[in-house]
Amino acid sequence: MRLNPFRSRAFPGDARHWPGLFTATAAFFAYVYLPILILVALSFNENRTVTVWTGFSLDWYKMAFANRDIVSAATNSLIIASIASVTATTLATLAALRMASNDRFLGKTGINAVFALPITVPEIVPAVATLMFFASLGLTFGLGTVIIGHIVFCIPFAYLPIRARLEGMDPKIGEAAADLYANPIQAFWRVTLPQLVPGILSGLVLAFIISLDDFVTTFFLGGAGSTTLPIYIFGLVRTGVTPEVNAISSLMLLLSLSLVSLSLFLGRDQNRKSGPD
Amino acid sequence: MTRAGKNTMFRALLIGPALLAITVFMIVPLGLMAYISFRERDYSGGVLWDQFSAEAYVRLFFERELDGTLALNFNYMFIILRSVWLSFLTMVISLAVGLPVAMFMATRDRKWKAVLVFMVTLPFWTNLLVRNYAWILLLRDHGTINSTLMWLGIISEPLPLLHNAFAVAVGLTYSFLPFMVLPIYSSLEKMDFRLVEASFDLYANRWQTIRRVILPLALPGIVAGCVLVFVPALGAYITPELLGGGKTLMIGNLIGFQFGAARNWPFGAALGLFLLTMVLVSLALYARRYRGELEGSQ
Repeated sequence: MRLNPFRSRAFPGDARHWPGLFTATAAFFAYVYLPILILVALSFNENRTVTVWTGFSLDWYKMAFANRDIVSAATNSLIIASIASVTATTLATLAALRMASNDRFLGKTGINAVFALPITVPEIVPAVATLMFFASLGLTFGLGTVIIGHIVFCIPFAYLPIRARLEGMDPKIGEAAADLYANPIQAFWRVTLPQLVPGILSGLVLAFIISLDDFVTTFFLGGAGSTTLPIYIFGLVRTGVTPEVNAISSLMLLLSLSLVSLSLFLGRDQNRKSGPD
Repeated sequence: MTRAGKNTMFRALLIGPALLAITVFMIVPLGLMAYISFRERDYSGGVLWDQFSAEAYVRLFFERELDGTLALNFNYMFIILRSVWLSFLTMVISLAVGLPVAMFMATRDRKWKAVLVFMVTLPFWTNLLVRNYAWILLLRDHGTINSTLMWLGIISEPLPLLHNAFAVAVGLTYSFLPFMVLPIYSSLEKMDFRLVEASFDLYANRWQTIRRVILPLALPGIVAGCVLVFVPALGAYITPELLGGGKTLMIGNLIGFQFGAARNWPFGAALGLFLLTMVLVSLALYARRYRGELEGSQ
């Protein structure tokens, strides 16, 4: 929408140029990005005292990569995130295929509420509830229990983009496939699934990031040998800040930012295909 | 098999696995938590399954003396009140910051809108722990803020910025701000800004236009944003742990403590159930409110 171009910029009814809006937004972005930038900058600082800049150095990164505990924590993070995100995305895709259709059936609203539950409840509550559940069953806490916990909270993050993608798809294409004598299985493999791939990948990447970044569930459901990067960083921060933490934190930031850019790129692609806007 | 029967089976095969996973590993544990909150505590860390007890709920208000008499104790209530207060404060600050930002975003051209949404979303997907840790670097005695202020000669002693309620409020706001900006933006994004022009043509001033035109249209987004900030802030664990420094506890930390050092499952379960109830009540109020909004607009 274009406002009248002959009106001066100072016209008070032109909401684009209200005073304060730009300043507030600039201040907001400074507030949001400055702490992250300072963290990254300090990770390249050669000085041990952390907050005073004395010179450029990659020592803390070298130290982080040479540290066995960090490498094993990173490995655990990747194992957990891979298994949890792939499993959650598979379950979410199957469910979304059925839930996205227009027909109503008993309990559909309820089932949608259940699928949203892991992101509506503060994480600490299901984390301790599951801790008691697993302990009552006599399970040993470790990678396995962490993975189960992660699968559950990853389901909504995979489910929502996939369902959105399915709902944005044109049902006529499926009907056209049927007109051309495709049976339901052929129509699914050759028509529905290829269109759904961006949604599935976007959901998969989001679930992967969420799992990689998780602290609370991992903290309560973990045991010996299931230390992940966030758990390791938490331990270090509690005992005192070291420049090594800045380096690992910066690497985690870089990983999350690359993955989310990838996911948002896939998501953007899906909007362009599904509608004129 | 009948067509309807086949349909039901197909549906169960597709939806079943995800539904089963969440039911078994989330809903059943939450039910178990409610059950455990009414059991007797086992001092070695577990639960005495066969003994009913309301001790966990009594503990919220009272302290049992050595001779077994009850004495009023508001320590836990104080932590709960602090959690509600800090979450409310976080919500109000986020709203004050988020509204002009959302307004700015909604009045840009389409290309800019996409860039701005991306920039607001990005920090949300970066690690919460790392983002809170970054604030430790800023708020410490010899952190960025204090060093800068001392270098400028504004202060001579470092200000006590870390390990207090202020630091927790800053951290919570920082963690959940995108949840406020994005819903308000999506309400305003659909708005026709010619309405603002019309309002000025009818001799309304800026404040009247905000109050009578923009706020009513932004309301669904504001209500959604408030819920989306308040609920996770209420259950926060990492922020009070790192930035509160173990002194400014919130409910989340108190719950966690019962499963660590305190070894009191029933009390932890009762607190968890209490938090869950508060969250569900907020969500129910939101759902009612929001439905009212939708009906009102028709």
